[in-house]
Amino acid sequence: MIRALFLAGGIALLSLPAVAATQAEAEAALAAAQAAETEAVAAKAAWTPTEAALTAAQKALAAGNWDEAKAAADEALALAKLSVEQANEEKTSWRNAVFR
Amino acid sequence: MRHRFVATLNSVCALLLAMAPAKADGGTVPEAERTAFQAFFFAKFPKVAKEDFGNGPYAVNEGMRKQWQEIMQFPPYELALDEGHAEWDKPFANGKHYADCFDNKGEGIRQTYPRFIAATGQVETLEGAINRCRVENGEPPLEPMTGTMASLAAVMSQSSRGKPFAITIPDDPRALAAYERGKEFFYSRKGQLGVSCASCHMSPAGERMRGDILAPALGILAGMPIYRSDWGSMGTSIRRISTCSSQTRALPLKADDEEYRNLEYFMSYMSNGIPIVGPGTRP
Repeated sequence: MIRALFLAGGIALLSLPAVAATQAEAEAALAAAQAAETEAVAAKAAWTPTEAALTAAQKALAAGNWDEAKAAADEALALAKLSVEQANEEKTSWRNAVFR
Repeated sequence: MRHRFVATLNSVCALLLAMAPAKADGGTVPEAERTAFQAFFFAKFPKVAKEDFGNGPYAVNEGMRKQWQEIMQFPPYELALDEGHAEWDKPFANGKHYADCFDNKGEGIRQTYPRFIAATGQVETLEGAINRCRVENGEPPLEPMTGTMASLAAVMSQSSRGKPFAITIPDDPRALAAYERGKEFFYSRKGQLGVSCASCHMSPAGERMRGDILAPALGILAGMPIYRSDWGSMGTSIRRISTCSSQTRALPLKADDEEYRNLEYFMSYMSNGIPIVGPGTRP
């Protein structure tokens, strides 16, 4: 019986959502993503999915959905960083692809 | 005697070095690169005539060629040509015409664009030259990717049909730098999909990518501007390049961005000798 109670409690804990994001956290995540994307655009390295994720984050923030806003902003941040990383790598590696 | 021979040999070598073609920053000679670039495509498509490369996928895929020949019984760019001729003949408010801005009144010169302009130190595309003409005559610039601009480019391309691309790189380090930057763009992987222009239009040319046949990079701009069924309208070279950017999930640059102009410069130079066939049509 005790064992079953522990098991049920464990399942209940696992099924709980992660700690909900606050408005401040969502706004901070969006600001970080926007800053990273500004850098990517300046490097002419930006990706369209980053823009889409940023738009989704802004919409969710406006709707007061902090969890969704933070998740989309985090995704945008990761994409923006990857796009800048790609551009930096290509500054030299493109030469390996030149047909001679 | 031996010293004199060595001294003479040194002088000859120095003279030869001085006469050698200019090299860009990457240590490459554009003409040698063009020769290698074209040789690759001639070897890959031995049955395709040099003059046919401007027809893109229709030159390398028999099925698509048959469809294209049927489409060309009523070319979808005809309306654009009508609009372009009307616009070309219409005087600006100051009484001047487009023809007053160009060599040979704009007839048969499309194959010489893009050009490196010493005064600005930058590459100017055909569409850039048309807009410069307008602005210098007090008219607002046109949207560079479609509409009236594409129609005017169609008129200029039509007057150059059969004339081989003749892009020059003047003896100016800035021109060579522009060529190098264009080459860098062509071979750089971009977008979330991580592909470059070369990824699709060099080795895989002629292959299918989903429903499309990939056009060879050689001559790919000779058919511009194009009526593209996917767009349902005309588009200039830069519209097609911008669409390519989107297809790789890269955020397209501004239509007149220097990177795009340099890319067009490099790609057109690689196609020197391939005749202009534009305006064209694509799926």
